[in-house]
Amino acid sequence: MSVITIERKVLEKNDEIARQNRALCQQRGIFVLNVVSSPGAGKTSILERTLEELGESLKVSVIEGDVQTDFDAQRVARYKVPVVQIVTNGGCHLEARLVQDAMARMNLEGTQLLVIENVGNLVCPANFDLGEAMKVVVMSTTEGDDKPLKYPGMFRNASVLIINKIDLVPYLNSDLATLRRNALQINPALKVFETSCTTKAGISEWCAWLKEQCMKA
Amino acid sequence: MHELAIAQSIFEIVRSVVPAEQAGDVRAVRVRVGRLSGVVADSLEFCFSVIVADTPLRGAGIVIEAVPTVSECKDCFHRFTVEDLAFLCPSCGSANIVLVSGTELQVAEVELLDNPVEVT
Repeated sequence: MSVITIERKVLEKNDEIARQNRALCQQRGIFVLNVVSSPGAGKTSILERTLEELGESLKVSVIEGDVQTDFDAQRVARYKVPVVQIVTNGGCHLEARLVQDAMARMNLEGTQLLVIENVGNLVCPANFDLGEAMKVVVMSTTEGDDKPLKYPGMFRNASVLIINKIDLVPYLNSDLATLRRNALQINPALKVFETSCTTKAGISEWCAWLKEQCMKA
Repeated sequence: MHELAIAQSIFEIVRSVVPAEQAGDVRAVRVRVGRLSGVVADSLEFCFSVIVADTPLRGAGIVIEAVPTVSECKDCFHRFTVEDLAFLCPSCGSANIVLVSGTELQVAEVELLDNPVEVT
């Protein structure tokens, strides 16, 4: 047997495009979020509440990723923000190339915040850098307080954790303190917010922090 | 199912490195996979076998080298393997730690059958 040494990152192509996306956005002063969660945790609802709160004072653009339908883009379009829907047709995650193509279809002039809502999936999107400034992982209280331990890759890669649907805690067995402890065990640097899109609890704290980040970008 | 996309990337890297006339000699593609990378070994092997099926690389299989999750404490410089996903220094209890390994996803090398010596 003879050997050829390769030593190359498997996702080098994706990483290179992600680097281009990141450079472009940094140059234009756009703060980019990659929002990930399991399906149904409330990514789109949080985005809607965020647009209600910040839509007047911040120029926001949105890229929606879903396996099928443009339902989410329709929901977001009601807030009069530029939005592009990526339909992955079965693909379980967004890749940097898809985001690059979506960005090319948008007029990002003046945009201060670009939110990329990833496909609902806590495994696959962890590997694919899109060029974001940070990953935000959303999890809902109904998913159980042990979720961070089951999906460590994603919680480790994220900078922010939004615990959503806190209004449902009285009806559940999951415990917020345990959930927080489990998440911080995986990633002690996580910035944690607790929200409810129904009661709007915690939304203004999240939005105030987000706006601060955008101003720094 | 992102293993399919990952297997496709591995395939493309191998094709770009190995000269076309030697592609049929490739037997093993050694891939380094970190424990935290979220890649399922069986799935990756299966996806790769599907991708190479009708190509010159059909004789090649994936050999996975699992890389442990290793961290280093920035306060006491203790280096340790992360067990049970507790990202705290077992020596001093600090949370100020950095990951040294565990997220790898790299094509390390390929092994080829030596070309039979031509009889002159």
